[in-house]
Amino acid sequence: MILSIVRAGFMNLRRDRGALTLSFIVPIAFFSIFAGIFGSRGGGMNPVQVAIVDEDQSAVSRRLVEALQNEGGLRAETAPSAAKGGAAPAPYDSRSAEAAVRAGDVSVAVVIPKGFGAAPTGFGSEGFSGQAGAKLRILNDSSDPVGAQVVYGLIQKAAIQSMPDVMASEEMRMLDHLSGGLTSGQRARIDSSMSGLRAYVEARRNARDGGAAKGGAKTEPISRGIISADIRDVVGESKKNPLVAFYAAGIGVMFLLFSASAAGGAILDESDSGTLDRILASRVTMTSLLLGKWAYAALLGFTQLAVMFLWGAFAFQVELFKHLDGFLIMATATVLASSGLGLMLAASCKTRAQLGALTTLVVLVMSALGGSMVPRFIMPESLQKIGLVTFNAWAIDGFTKVFWREEPVSHLGPQVFVLLGAAALFFTIARRLARRWEVA
Amino acid sequence: MLPPMTAPLRIEALAKSYGSRPALSGVSLAVKEGEILGLLGPNGAGKTTLIRCVVGRVMPNSGSISIFGEAVGSPNARARTGYIPQEIALYPRLSAEENLAVFGRYAGLGGEALATASRSCLDWAGLAERAKEPVMKFSGGMKRRLNMAAGLLHRPRLILLDEPTTGVDPQSRQRIYAMVEQLRQDGASVIYTTHYMEEAERLCDRVAIIDHGKIIASGTNAELVRESFGTRCELMLHFDSDSAPAFSSWASARGGTANGSSFRFTVLDPAREIAEILESARAESVPIRDLSFKTPNLDSVFLHLTGRALRE
Repeated sequence: MILSIVRAGFMNLRRDRGALTLSFIVPIAFFSIFAGIFGSRGGGMNPVQVAIVDEDQSAVSRRLVEALQNEGGLRAETAPSAAKGGAAPAPYDSRSAEAAVRAGDVSVAVVIPKGFGAAPTGFGSEGFSGQAGAKLRILNDSSDPVGAQVVYGLIQKAAIQSMPDVMASEEMRMLDHLSGGLTSGQRARIDSSMSGLRAYVEARRNARDGGAAKGGAKTEPISRGIISADIRDVVGESKKNPLVAFYAAGIGVMFLLFSASAAGGAILDESDSGTLDRILASRVTMTSLLLGKWAYAALLGFTQLAVMFLWGAFAFQVELFKHLDGFLIMATATVLASSGLGLMLAASCKTRAQLGALTTLVVLVMSALGGSMVPRFIMPESLQKIGLVTFNAWAIDGFTKVFWREEPVSHLGPQVFVLLGAAALFFTIARRLARRWEVA
Repeated sequence: MLPPMTAPLRIEALAKSYGSRPALSGVSLAVKEGEILGLLGPNGAGKTTLIRCVVGRVMPNSGSISIFGEAVGSPNARARTGYIPQEIALYPRLSAEENLAVFGRYAGLGGEALATASRSCLDWAGLAERAKEPVMKFSGGMKRRLNMAAGLLHRPRLILLDEPTTGVDPQSRQRIYAMVEQLRQDGASVIYTTHYMEEAERLCDRVAIIDHGKIIASGTNAELVRESFGTRCELMLHFDSDSAPAFSSWASARGGTANGSSFRFTVLDPAREIAEILESARAESVPIRDLSFKTPNLDSVFLHLTGRALRE
């Protein structure tokens, strides 16, 4: 008897392609995507993109810049990438570097201030000798809480590995200060040793690709490193709950897709029940029917998003009312695209069961690739690019611009353009697929 | 004689195939003003395909249809046609009143006109007291009645009823018959598809019999019977099962054919021939247990024309 039940179960499963897809294809698709996100490079992380501003322009600061540029964990640039065939852009200054962080072009900016080379290390503090150098300034986007800490740690590493002579000099200076003054003999021996060390470092630099070395510097910030730095969040610094807006957008878009598909699927129910026949035999045309369903799904989606963000504003301090214009623009564009997709999926299926399976597959894959589940900035670059074929990515980028980067609504052009284009494309395809319902 | 071009419905040489399977093969028929035309045929005969062609939901391969002189699908044709599909084409979670409001708007009604039409249709369907209840709580008969009401809100002059009594209990069926009678009194023209012979006999002014996508006969009930059987009718003489074989030669000598323990006699002049048979039986002491007399009906016509029963 039990065997009969098992057999009947498999027979039904074999004939239910939707269930078969869900059982095997979806898990494989998800495994592949997450393996791609977290495992494609042997578990390593993406290099942190860093903009470097060298205001000091001293030998020490240049060595630090060079060391950071040679650091594998960083992609450190002193100027924005040149456009194809365009002139080389001007090097970063502190303003343009901060703007690059705010725009999300780089994760972190490091500003090496004037005077850094004169006293690069942060042994002790300003209180020791009054000679403590200017601190590095690390400008951070707090939506990536790891980036600044990685950069800070790698600065310390660069200092130790590439500028041991500078480190030693600084230590001797500190010792001289704390011990009440070295004798002239001691100083001569130290100077001699330091000359040897400098010669060794120089020789090592020359031996390695024409002199690239690792820099050292110092300052003393809140942290206890060799090189001191002030870390400042230039994006999201005043936000009480930094990542909530990002997740409100990500989760909101994902569930918009589910509800849009369910709303679009009503047409399959109407087809099954004969209601569609009755509707199309009345004065309603297929185009007006689809437009009506599109508008319904969009209004429903808009309400869902509005409720989610209102809850976010109430419970998690999402600044909805401060950015109401941006929210309205992005929510409208997003719900038009999601409801268009829902309609297209419904029109491509023959049964509700098919639609359920297809929706689960498409929505989960789009959400994983588009950043609804895992922020795209932690994905490998190739996946980040692939993610752009999903409108989740564009919608989340748009909401992030509004709520996170606090960019003006005029900057939403690309996102709105892509979302509205996707909406029009989805509706056109849905209308074409719906021809099968018009006449037999 | 061909009906006028402005007849409520005029169909000529309509053909439709699904792949290599023909569903309609040269169907021609017409519905006159105020007439109820029964479209009688077994399941799969082509009734629903024909109705769906008339409402523009199926595109015929050839032939023509005009509704009050207008092409199928034109705004005027749509406005004057009411389609009641075979399925319960309603929104189950909405109330009766809400369903009528939705379908009334789809039919182009609004405001007071819609409210009036909705009240009128609820009364007609006998559902005024249940207007606020969700349709999913209705009985099968109530759903059927509301299904009809939803197609008639805009007071169409040509009404297409596709098997409106399918799955309905006898009591509700009587109620639906009364509703259709009301449509006749209001002067609407109706096509009523069914595979229930008694419905066609009771409700329809004329009947068209369709089988394998062809109209094989049409006319009034009496015309169809007369064309197929003339004045013929059947006399059945029933015997006890053990005595019947002994009298088969007696029966066959008088044109009777054996049918189990009964003998069937086809008679052209019932008054004279039945008297002769019974007199012969009395004279020869034939032990008749019972007798029955049957005049042909639409079922007989269908059997006569196709060689099989209507509900096979």
